[in-house]
Amino acid sequence: MADVTMRVWRGTEDGGSFQEYQVHAEDGEVVLDLVHRLQATQANDLAVRWNCKAGKCGSCSAEINGMPKLMCMTRMNTLDVSQPITIAPMRTFPIIRDLVTDVSFNYEMAKQVPAFTPRAREADGTYRMDQKDVDRAQEFHKCIECFLCQNVCHVIRDHEENKGRYAGPRLFVRYAELEMHPLDTNDRRQLLRKRMGLGMCNITKCCTEVCPEEIHITDNAIIPLKERVVDASYDPLVWLGRKIARRIRPSGAPPAQAPGRAQTESAAG
Amino acid sequence: MTTITVDEVHDLDVLVIGAGGAGIRAAIAAKSEGASTGLVCKSLFGKAHTVMAEGGIAASMGNVYPEDNWRVHFRDTMRGGKMLNNWRMAQLHAQEAPDRVRELEEWGALFDRTPDGRILQRDFGGHRYARLAHVGDRTGLELIRTLQNKATSLDVRVFMECTILRLLTDANRVVGALGYWRESGKFVVFRAKATVLATGGVGKAYKITSNSWEYTGDGHSLALWAGADLIDMEFLQFHPTGMVWPPSVRGLLVTEGVRGDGGVLKNSDGKRFMFDYVPEMFRAETADTEEEADRWYTDKVGARRTPDLLPRDEVARAINSEIKAGRGSPHGGVFLDIASRRDPEYIKRRLPSMYHQFKQLAGVDITTEPMEVGPTCHYMMGGVRVDPDTGASSLPGLFAAGEVAGGMHGSNRLGGNSLSDLVVFGRRAGLGAAAAAAAMSDMPSIDPAQVDSLAREALSVFDRSGGTNPYEVHRKLQECMQSLVGIVRTGDELEEAQGRLEEIQREASVASVEGHLQYNPGWHLAMDLRSMTTVARCIAMAALVRKESRGGHTRDDYPQPDPELGKVNMVVRYNDGELTVTPEPLPVMPDDLAELFKS
Ligand SMILES: Cc1cc2nc3c(=O)[nH]c(=O)nc-3n(C[C@H](O)[C@H](O)[C@H](O)COP(=O)(O)OP(=O)(O)OC[C@H]3O[C@@H](n4cnc5c(N)ncnc54)[C@H](O)[C@@H]3O)c2cc1C
Ligand code: SF4
Ligand code: SF4
Ligand code: FES
Repeated sequence: MADVTMRVWRGTEDGGSFQEYQVHAEDGEVVLDLVHRLQATQANDLAVRWNCKAGKCGSCSAEINGMPKLMCMTRMNTLDVSQPITIAPMRTFPIIRDLVTDVSFNYEMAKQVPAFTPRAREADGTYRMDQKDVDRAQEFHKCIECFLCQNVCHVIRDHEENKGRYAGPRLFVRYAELEMHPLDTNDRRQLLRKRMGLGMCNITKCCTEVCPEEIHITDNAIIPLKERVVDASYDPLVWLGRKIARRIRPSGAPPAQAPGRAQTESAAG
Repeated sequence: MTTITVDEVHDLDVLVIGAGGAGIRAAIAAKSEGASTGLVCKSLFGKAHTVMAEGGIAASMGNVYPEDNWRVHFRDTMRGGKMLNNWRMAQLHAQEAPDRVRELEEWGALFDRTPDGRILQRDFGGHRYARLAHVGDRTGLELIRTLQNKATSLDVRVFMECTILRLLTDANRVVGALGYWRESGKFVVFRAKATVLATGGVGKAYKITSNSWEYTGDGHSLALWAGADLIDMEFLQFHPTGMVWPPSVRGLLVTEGVRGDGGVLKNSDGKRFMFDYVPEMFRAETADTEEEADRWYTDKVGARRTPDLLPRDEVARAINSEIKAGRGSPHGGVFLDIASRRDPEYIKRRLPSMYHQFKQLAGVDITTEPMEVGPTCHYMMGGVRVDPDTGASSLPGLFAAGEVAGGMHGSNRLGGNSLSDLVVFGRRAGLGAAAAAAAMSDMPSIDPAQVDSLAREALSVFDRSGGTNPYEVHRKLQECMQSLVGIVRTGDELEEAQGRLEEIQREASVASVEGHLQYNPGWHLAMDLRSMTTVARCIAMAALVRKESRGGHTRDDYPQPDPELGKVNMVVRYNDGELTVTPEPLPVMPDDLAELFKS
């Protein structure tokens, strides 16, 4: 592969601009390789986050040619290198420097999640869970906290003022994980409705589209949460019944509640 | 010259440096004891190396094979470490791992299940029974997120993207640490009654490695510089299966779970070569035909285990030999084949992230074609010498746990034994530190002159112009370690490495950095190089003194183990600017445990 033109955003919270570099590229490389080469040879002080270089830690999120992606999982051969490649920091979060943004918002929202509270163990000291029940919540446990979904969600991307009252898709995934955890007994539905802004999500699905872990954020997390929150406002017993049903459901039976969209539109807003 | 004073000072009962599995577990333990606890890490919270762990966490719960128990796990661990392990650590580890796994479940971790709803366990190298609790092949993510959520709910204070430069000492006691915020470059002082190191490993000193940029041996160096003992630094684990192609992903880990789930190693002739490399020590319990090996996956009692799952040091050496003999794959590895042995659905379900990783980064579909793999620098067995029960180092006020601590794994670690090590000894070190802090009535005092000189030294790279480029020095270090202190070592090469490393260390000390303090990776690397070069020298020195082959340390000029050297640890110390290596006797195993090895 020949040299590639890279337009990398350089600057701080006080402002900055795209700077153009010619960077050598080798076969099979990913965007992060070029960023590293640039750093080692032409821009020693270029700020960038990364850890695993394998799509596992969620550190290297950026907007590549305007698309929110992990730099370590974006192969150069998926990009048109006859044109300059633009690399910008995530837009929704305040800039610290160059490609590094201040993602502390997400950690602050995480502190407000009421803790996991398991039910008691079985008599033999174990917790028995069916693989099928576990599968459902495991989807959400795949989240690598790359915050790309938070980055694209228009509720906070375009409205800074919403940040204090909106958890955002990553945190909805976390709430869903707890809500669908076969052992959890905590009820977080009023909190979701009143303080976490679940109603503000209008199911545009932009978050789902960018999730590198292919978590079905809207269909499997947000929509079922919305349904449960609706239940909460009407009838606490329905919810309780569902939690209990889920636990004692014999293996092989269908899920107590299949994810669906039916009630959801009315729940939005 | 004006004195550099640091305005930001945090007073803590327990300071934990490192937020991987070991550090977070230590912080949870200390906090639960009522100690005011701070957790410092170089990356964002939740991104530590532990997140990358794949295959699972070893614990003899006996959910799949009721025959399993802690004694069998203990025995496997000691044999895997070629009997150089600290027996007490190996014992505590084997005894407590099951409770720690159940505790993770109680904190929200969702492990894969057996048909009757309990925690499922999988096969891994060197473990007699299927023993690794797991979540597909992303167990580390589950572990770190569970601990992260638990620590968050306990309101442990987290100082993220903050790098510790040095431990602060007062009258031979560790009293805290000096660090800098990566974001602003500003210094910060932590004053603490007790400090726990949980900084992980050293793999970034090598060119081909499964480790991330964080693995620069900081904790090893911090302990050494402050005056604590390190042991077993010559024992570095090269994982047999790293990716070899394309160059961009060279070294990236391919989990042992692939072999645990039925994958086999083959050379360019299509031969399962591992049958040719079964060492005497493991012959009695290893299959000698392909038929028996294949049967073992479902019949642990009637068949013996496949040689593909010998301990890692054996497999890495075997692969190395096959490649050297010209029977390697096109890109200089060997083949790892699961495609022809298991159906695609099974592979995708058991190994989702491997499937993903190869598909996306190498364009290889592991359900239809073999992978190409070769050894990659993976894990540091050596580290801070600790008291097994409390994690206390040889220096008052300092504790260590996780990969930065030495002794638990002897000369070679078994897969899955690290994650369990983290939670068993992370907890113990946290409790040990909390107890030490409780025994102290007053906050220790910090010497401002010490802070001033350390801070001044750290900033010197900005004053200098025309010094060395830290990226270039790092590249040289990696070349040197890869070629002279790699999987197979010789006395001559190790001698040569000593000289070169001293030169590289000197170059690192005169690096110059452009730009300013704010989030400046050039400066960060210049700082990391100090610990990386120090650890590199420790490895080379200890390797030179150990004139035998054992576990992760192979000497071409001394190919056999030496029973006398099997009774000692190499202890590395730092005195007045000089590194020394001294052989010291291993703790002696009590008779009742020694019995387990007689059969
Ligand atoms: C790809 C891969 C797969 C693996 N798979 C498995 C597996 O399946 N099973 C298993 O048992 N083991 C596995 N291992 C090994 C295991 O993951 C590691 O040994 C283990 O996670 C180390 O944990 P730790 O808590 O000691 O350190 P880490 O998780 O590495 O954490 C180190 C922490 O220290 C911090 N730190 C370092 N230096 C400083 C400093 N100067 N100042 C402040 N903070 C600092 C870092 O920021 C980080 O937070 C795997 C390793 C790799 C690389
Ligand atoms: S679906 Fe909801 S959470 Fe996702 S991007 Fe749209 S508004 Fe945001
Ligand atoms: S849900 Fe997906 S996109 Fe959002 S933070 Fe997690 S992994 Fe990233
Ligand atoms: S570096 Fe870990 S996800 Fe990219």
